[in-house]
Amino acid sequence: MVPPLLLIAVLVVYPLALVAVESAPAWGDVLGSVEFREALIRTVQIAVCSTIGCLVVGTFLAVVISFVPFPGARVVASLVDTMLALPSFLVALSFTFIYGTAGILRTGGFLTTPWAVVLAEITFYTPFVMRPLLAAMSRLPRAQLDVAASLGAGPWRVLRQVVLPEVRPAMVAGGSLTLLLTLNEFGIVLFLGAKGTTTLPMLVHTKGIVMFDYPAACAIAVVQIVLSLGLYALLRKALGGRRARLD
Amino acid sequence: MLVWTRPGKALTWIAFAVVFGVLVLAPFVVVIAAAFAGTWNGVLPSNPTAGHLQEALSGDELASLSVSLQTAFLGGLLAVAFGTWGALAAHGSRFGRVADALHHLPIAVPSVVVGLGLLVAFSRQPILLNGTKWIVVIAHLVLMVAFSYGTVAAALQRVDPSYADVAASLGASPARVLWQVRLPMLRPAIASAAGLSVALSMGEVGATIMVYPASWRTVPVSIFALSDRGQTFTAAAEALVLLTATVLVVFTVDRLRGRAVEQ
Repeated sequence: MVPPLLLIAVLVVYPLALVAVESAPAWGDVLGSVEFREALIRTVQIAVCSTIGCLVVGTFLAVVISFVPFPGARVVASLVDTMLALPSFLVALSFTFIYGTAGILRTGGFLTTPWAVVLAEITFYTPFVMRPLLAAMSRLPRAQLDVAASLGAGPWRVLRQVVLPEVRPAMVAGGSLTLLLTLNEFGIVLFLGAKGTTTLPMLVHTKGIVMFDYPAACAIAVVQIVLSLGLYALLRKALGGRRARLD
Repeated sequence: MLVWTRPGKALTWIAFAVVFGVLVLAPFVVVIAAAFAGTWNGVLPSNPTAGHLQEALSGDELASLSVSLQTAFLGGLLAVAFGTWGALAAHGSRFGRVADALHHLPIAVPSVVVGLGLLVAFSRQPILLNGTKWIVVIAHLVLMVAFSYGTVAAALQRVDPSYADVAASLGASPARVLWQVRLPMLRPAIASAAGLSVALSMGEVGATIMVYPASWRTVPVSIFALSDRGQTFTAAAEALVLLTATVLVVFTVDRLRGRAVEQ
C-alpha cells in the first residue's frame, strides 16, 4: 500500500501544494488583471461550446453506427477507439493546411478565432463521447426499436422516446468527461497559437515558461486546479456509485 | 432498425459520411498528405516529395524520436508497474477511495499544471532535477500512472477473487498467489495499460513543454518548434513519423495481449 502512495505524494501532491504556496504573492495582480479574467471566460466558453458540439456530432455518429448500420460500420467504430490514443495537436496542425492562408479552404482569418479551437476540439473529443454511447447502444435490445416502429412511431419519435432516454447516462458520462478534458486542453490551443484565444492552461505556460513569472503562473494554476477538481468531484457525484473513468 | 426506407437510409449514410469524413477523419488524412507534399496551394497538395520525411528522420529530429521512445518506455513501464501495484494495494483496502482519488489527480488537472508543479518542486532542494532528462521521465510517469491505475483497477473489479482465495487455502504463500494467480489473471489489463501508456506518452506535450531541457527534446516538442517556425511540411512529416512509431509500438504490445487472452 505504502510505496505507490508515497510516489504519488512526492511526485503529485507535494508539487501541487508547492504551487499553492508559491502563488501567494501574485494573487492580487492576477485576479485584478484583464488578461486573466478574459482567459478564464474564454476557457469556459470554448469548453462549453466544444462539449455541446461533441455531444451533437457524437450522438449522431453513434446512432448511425448502432441503428442504421452499413458495411464497414465496425471498422469505423474501431477507428474511433484508436483515435482516443492519438495526440490532440495533430488536429491543430492539420488545420494549418485546411484553413491556413495557403491551404484547401484559404480562410486565413478563421484560424485566429476561438471557433478554430472549438472546431479542433470537436474533431478530437467526439470519439470520447462516442465510446460510452456505442457501448450503451449495443446493450439496448433491438426489439424495443422494432416494436415502437411497428406500432407506427417514425424514426424521430423512436429516437426521441426510446433510444435517447435509454442512453442518457452514457451521454452525461461522455459529456462531463469531455467538458473536463476541454477545460484542460492545451495542445490544440498551443499549436493554433492565436492571440485572441488565450485559455488558462495557455496562460500558465506563457507566464511560467515565456515570462518566467512563476508566482503568477502558480496563481493561475491554482484557479485551474479548483475549476478542474470541482468539476471532477461533481462528475463523480453525478455518476453515482460508478467511477468517473477518465481513461 | 431505425430508418426503414431506402432513400432515408441513403440520406442518413451520406450525412454520416460527410460529418465523419470532414470532421473526424480529414485532419488525420491531411497531416499524412502534407508530409509528402512539396507545396499545398490549392485543394490538393502538389509536388510530391520524400524530402520532408528525410528531414524528419535525420539530425535533431531523429534524436527526438530516440528521446521520445526512451521516455515512453521508461516512463510508461514504470507507470504500469506502479499503477498495477497501486491498484492491487488499493483493491479492498480501507484507503481504497483515497488511493483512487490520488491516482486520478494527475489527469483531472491540466498536464501543464502537473508540469509547472514538477518544475517548482524539483528546481530546489532537497530534490534537484530541473535541467535533467529525469524531470521529463517523471512527468510522463506521473501522467501515465493515472491511466495504468484506472485500467488495472477496472479489471480487478471484474476478476473473480475466489481463485486467489483457493490458491491461498491450498497453502500458496501470498507472494506465490500474486505471481502465479493474481498477476496472470490481470495480464490483458496490464498489457493494454502498457499500450495506452506508451501511446499517450509518445504524444504528450503539455507537461513536457513545461519541464524539458534542451538536451532532452521529445518529438511533440520538436513538431511544435517546427510548426512555430513556419516549417509546417516538415512538422507534418515528423507527425507522420510519430504516428507510425506509436502505431507500431501499440500494435506490438497489443499482440502480447492477444496471446495472453488465448492461453
